[in-house]
Amino acid sequence: MAGVQVANVSRSFGAHKALDDVSIDFPDGGFYALLGPSGSGKTTLLRQIAGFDFPDTGRIAIGGESVERVPVEKRRIGMVFQNYALFPNMSVADNVAFGLSVRGEPKGTIATEVQRALDLVQLGKLGGRRPHQLSGGQRQRVALARAIVTKPRVLLLDEPLGALDKALRVDMQIELKRIQREIGITTIFVTHDQEEALTMSDRIGILRDGRLVQEGPPEEIYDKPQSEFAATFLGDANIFRGDATGNGIRLPDGTTIAAGSGPSLAAGAKASCAVRPERIQISTGAGTSEAGYANTLRGQVSKRIFAGNNSTYFVDRDGQTLKVIVQNTGAERLAEGQEVILRWSPESTVLIAA
Amino acid sequence: MATTRILEWVGRFYIFLLLGFLYLPIIIMGLMSFNASPFYQLPFEWTTDWYASLWQNDQLIAATWNSIEIAIITTILSTVLGSMASLALYRYDFRGKKLLQALLFPPIAIPWLITGTAMLIFFFGIGIGRGLIAILLGHVALALPYVIVVVSARLQTFAPELEEAARSLGANQWQVTVRVTLPWIMPGVIAGGLFAFAVSFDQFVVSYFLSTPGQTTLPVEIYAAIRKGFTPEINAVSTIIIVVSMALMLLTARFFKFGGEK
Repeated sequence: MAGVQVANVSRSFGAHKALDDVSIDFPDGGFYALLGPSGSGKTTLLRQIAGFDFPDTGRIAIGGESVERVPVEKRRIGMVFQNYALFPNMSVADNVAFGLSVRGEPKGTIATEVQRALDLVQLGKLGGRRPHQLSGGQRQRVALARAIVTKPRVLLLDEPLGALDKALRVDMQIELKRIQREIGITTIFVTHDQEEALTMSDRIGILRDGRLVQEGPPEEIYDKPQSEFAATFLGDANIFRGDATGNGIRLPDGTTIAAGSGPSLAAGAKASCAVRPERIQISTGAGTSEAGYANTLRGQVSKRIFAGNNSTYFVDRDGQTLKVIVQNTGAERLAEGQEVILRWSPESTVLIAA
Repeated sequence: MATTRILEWVGRFYIFLLLGFLYLPIIIMGLMSFNASPFYQLPFEWTTDWYASLWQNDQLIAATWNSIEIAIITTILSTVLGSMASLALYRYDFRGKKLLQALLFPPIAIPWLITGTAMLIFFFGIGIGRGLIAILLGHVALALPYVIVVVSARLQTFAPELEEAARSLGANQWQVTVRVTLPWIMPGVIAGGLFAFAVSFDQFVVSYFLSTPGQTTLPVEIYAAIRKGFTPEINAVSTIIIVVSMALMLLTARFFKFGGEK
């Protein structure tokens, strides 16, 4: 087992900067999600760590050992590919045995290890099958067993759940997490699915246009995003734009919004505030007082989407549509067209430098 | 109803005609190799004399062995070289790659008569001259584009992640090629090899240009024999070759399922 350090890594393809001075410390034994839209450089970074491609500048270390010029086959990594990349000419057991077999391990050891790996992914009885006889979920498990059987230092996963349907994907998320905990391997996971990143990982790194936007534990990034992009890419957020006041912002119409956290900005500087839709209380405008809340806004419900356990209200206010999510507690529902008042605390508000 | 049935019969008749067109001449030749009359006279009288006298015809037998040897060596050389070239074209980007790939096709279209003349001049120029070595070199050159085209076509269906997966598991370049890439392109390699064998074994024009009286191949020898006066020995040797090559084709088709999985 080993942690992975990526320091100041840049990589260009022609004029396109795929990675621009990215530094991330992947902790030993952790589950780290690289999250970003397509073209953000997350797969390029994974391929640098794997060794399929080398950085133009910067350093990559696995377990403290510098590897940026070491080819893939010597890095002792395990990788699961998006389309699984199982060898079609081999049985499931031979696929899993491949890594041990090319290392020249004795036959007896290989058989034991392969069986143990297949048992771990709950495919103990399917060793004799061919890849094309398996379902998507089973192929995924074979790919995982093949990647971990060689006891690699790092497990790299390139959108491994992308090809599965929703229900199976949730099952595999739990399964993958269980296996990762069981063998305690440092895991780096590339995904564009924010929910997957939130539910599975210990830490998340958000990439955009080849740069690391923010990184940290999921809770921290969700609660304290440092950019509008981080706020809206990981989860949903209402963004208010205005001028910094010292402890919040002033909107163009003069309304002030108080923020409980964020950088200290010079008064008058362009800034924005992010508020999660589930942190806002919504109630009928008539007869509700603004008193006791630092942040209040009045608006009109333009649309309501009922989703069973919760409802999403779209509230129009001064040319902006705000999103509010309310748990289904049995309380009276608000109708479209109704005047409402929105209230939330400064602790639910994050100040972001523009 | 009636029209469907009529169309069905027309279809069957068409296939029957097609097969007849393909196989009737061969069947007649085969039968005549067992007919006693050297002038194809009927009634048919069974004999194996022609096969017996074929056994005495040293020149024809020597030419047959030459043809078989050259075809086998051509197959091995052009399949190995061609597959390696295909892999190189698939894996690497280098200067002039597009030009090289474009230049691989014209030799297939250039008439063999012209290729043969060019080779004759060239081999004389560099001192190889005529003979079995010249024929072999010529055949390899003729067969190579076919192998490269067929193997490259197969490689187009290969998923490059498979090589990456193998490397991530610790396999070196040789292990990747032998254990992952080669098994996938094998049907292409076998098909390419069959093409190479056929190009060499059937080859008349280029062989004719490059052979000398003592050093010749079967098609050239048959041509020479027919010019001197036709004997049913030719039918006999042709029949043997047809039986052997059809058996080879059927075996190959049986063991290597062309088209990949399933």
